[in-house]
Amino acid sequence: MDATQTKEMYTEEFLINMGPQHPSTHGVLSLELKLDGETIRNCTPHIGYLHRSMEKIAENRTFTQFIPFTDRLDYVASMNNNLGYVMAVEKLLNLEISERAKYIRVIIAELNRIASHLIATGTFAQDLGAFATPLFYCFREREKIVEIFDQICGNRLTYNYMRIGGVLADLSGEIIEKIKEFIEYMRPKVDDYDELITYNVIFLARSKHIGVLSKEMAINYSVTGPNLRGSGVKWDLRKDEPYLVYDKLEFDIPVGENGDAWDRYKVRIEEMRQSLRIIEQAIESLPQGEVTVRVGRILKPSASETYFRTENPRGELGFYIVGDGSVYPYRLKIRSPSFSNLAVLPELVKGIKVADIVCVLGSFDVLMGEIDR
Amino acid sequence: MLSILTIIWALIVGIIVLGFIAASAMFLIWWERKVSAHIQSRYGPMRVGWHGVLQSVADAVKLLLKENIIPAEADKLVWWLAPFIAIVPPVMAFVVLPFGKNLIVKDLNVGVLYLMALSSVSVIGIFMAGWGSNNKYSLIGGMRSAAQIISYELPLIISMIIVAMQAGSLSMQKIVLAQAGCWNILHPNMAMAFIVYIIAATAEINRVPFDIPEAESELVAGFHTEYSGMKFAMFFIGEYTNLFIISAIAATLFFGGWQGPILPGVVWFLIKSYGIVFVLMWVRWTFPRLRVDQLMGFAWKILTPISFVNLAITGWLLLK
Repeated sequence: MDATQTKEMYTEEFLINMGPQHPSTHGVLSLELKLDGETIRNCTPHIGYLHRSMEKIAENRTFTQFIPFTDRLDYVASMNNNLGYVMAVEKLLNLEISERAKYIRVIIAELNRIASHLIATGTFAQDLGAFATPLFYCFREREKIVEIFDQICGNRLTYNYMRIGGVLADLSGEIIEKIKEFIEYMRPKVDDYDELITYNVIFLARSKHIGVLSKEMAINYSVTGPNLRGSGVKWDLRKDEPYLVYDKLEFDIPVGENGDAWDRYKVRIEEMRQSLRIIEQAIESLPQGEVTVRVGRILKPSASETYFRTENPRGELGFYIVGDGSVYPYRLKIRSPSFSNLAVLPELVKGIKVADIVCVLGSFDVLMGEIDR
Repeated sequence: MLSILTIIWALIVGIIVLGFIAASAMFLIWWERKVSAHIQSRYGPMRVGWHGVLQSVADAVKLLLKENIIPAEADKLVWWLAPFIAIVPPVMAFVVLPFGKNLIVKDLNVGVLYLMALSSVSVIGIFMAGWGSNNKYSLIGGMRSAAQIISYELPLIISMIIVAMQAGSLSMQKIVLAQAGCWNILHPNMAMAFIVYIIAATAEINRVPFDIPEAESELVAGFHTEYSGMKFAMFFIGEYTNLFIISAIAATLFFGGWQGPILPGVVWFLIKSYGIVFVLMWVRWTFPRLRVDQLMGFAWKILTPISFVNLAITGWLLLK
């Protein structure tokens, strides 16, 4: 029903609280919806149900002690959060890490990107009513990645693997074989998703032209990650501000055309393919050597400040660290991608149906852990 | 004397039918869990009995023992009545289902009409549940359900009328016997009617891709959000009984009912019915859900015109 039709048929508006306990608000997000029948007139997101004062905690922890806390920011992509934080600290300390550690970090970060996008894909399909089947398929594939991570660091969800000056442990030959096997296993699975979900008629009808985010709006709201690329902006820190060894590896940046929910979903599917390419190349050219450089037990950066951002599966993750010459940071600010991505949601959902808000929210792939910090 | 015998006979038949309904619903719930599990590369229930066959029994016992919570602000009478109204029409539909040559409770001469009437009643139960719960999600679910079932009633009824026209009778047994030589599904116009029927029937019983009244990701659990314990179980059993009934009707109207070689009629009937049930389960665990306006558009702009054209063609073929 478009706007002209709704003008003739106008019912009493009513408020509905979607969340914090709701199957498709992806955690403890609460949306206050003002509905006219099934049409949304207004939407106000309420956040803060998962607030743990991460930034304040950081002021009372040494730089090394804070690494496990970053696991709990974006708990679906812990490795990438670890990476962003330790690289910010390394930048503050002017620390150069070994070549092998750089490659290992790239491999691990890209594996976790695939795991994260798998969850995004599965839950998005679930939100559109494809009950559980795509979700289970995605979790089956993610399980392989989690097993690899379990083997390298002993944890399945919060890894605490990246260390200031390198990584916790070297990749053994056995693990490298496992990763190679996973690449072979994963390639046809991504094609399967295209067959099962991407080009399904109902799926297309539900996600095409829904929640269209224009280029300008995406930039104005500082939307980042696959959501920004879905709107057709070719911006990826791995290409535009290369860190680690991304400039030595060959990969494409997939972008969408219309900026609708389907484009955002499709960008994630394509990024999984690109991540597989990156991992393959990185394993090919993995140099020998140490995986950690020796850093002192007590890290005392000089009184200075630094900002470092990395490309997380959900967008740009930035760490702003101010050191005051002590072992603790004076201030640590986290720029989490989901927080900015969620901000644009109310603009996109006005005038669409209740069913579509689930679709738009699912396509944004927000994660409450890093919004509330 | 005669009347006492009739009453005893009616009681026996009633108990058999209710027993079949309970057994069938429990079997279907278990089967659906197994089918979905194997589609999703997992096992499903495995602990209670061989491959979890008794899981539904365990669940039923659990539901019987659960507390019956009544929402404080609920419209109590409506809320209490809703599950009963939802479960009675599917039970009543068993009267005209022909399980075998002589295995039918009562071969009404208006069998098809009777089924159409019953399918309209069950929506009242769902709408009452949505209204009586005094919950916004339930209310939206109930409203969606009313709109959906009314929209899909039309193509459903027309596709059933096409079959009745071909057979020249509304009696279910006569429709089965009319297919003695050739199943209805083998005629092109009937095949079209079957496709329309099965789509409309899926919408009628609120299954994916038309499960918007209980759309979990949008409305939590839709109209039965506030129900717990046995009241929830009644909706659940009603839903699965409906699933069997629409498959049984499809088997009767389009696949020759109980007719088939070698095996006894009742076996053929059950094979055909559960075969269609399996297809519906397969669909459920594969497809996403349509949006409410797309659903309405599909009913009124595509299915209804197709069934009217089909009706006209069938009439022309019969008069020719």
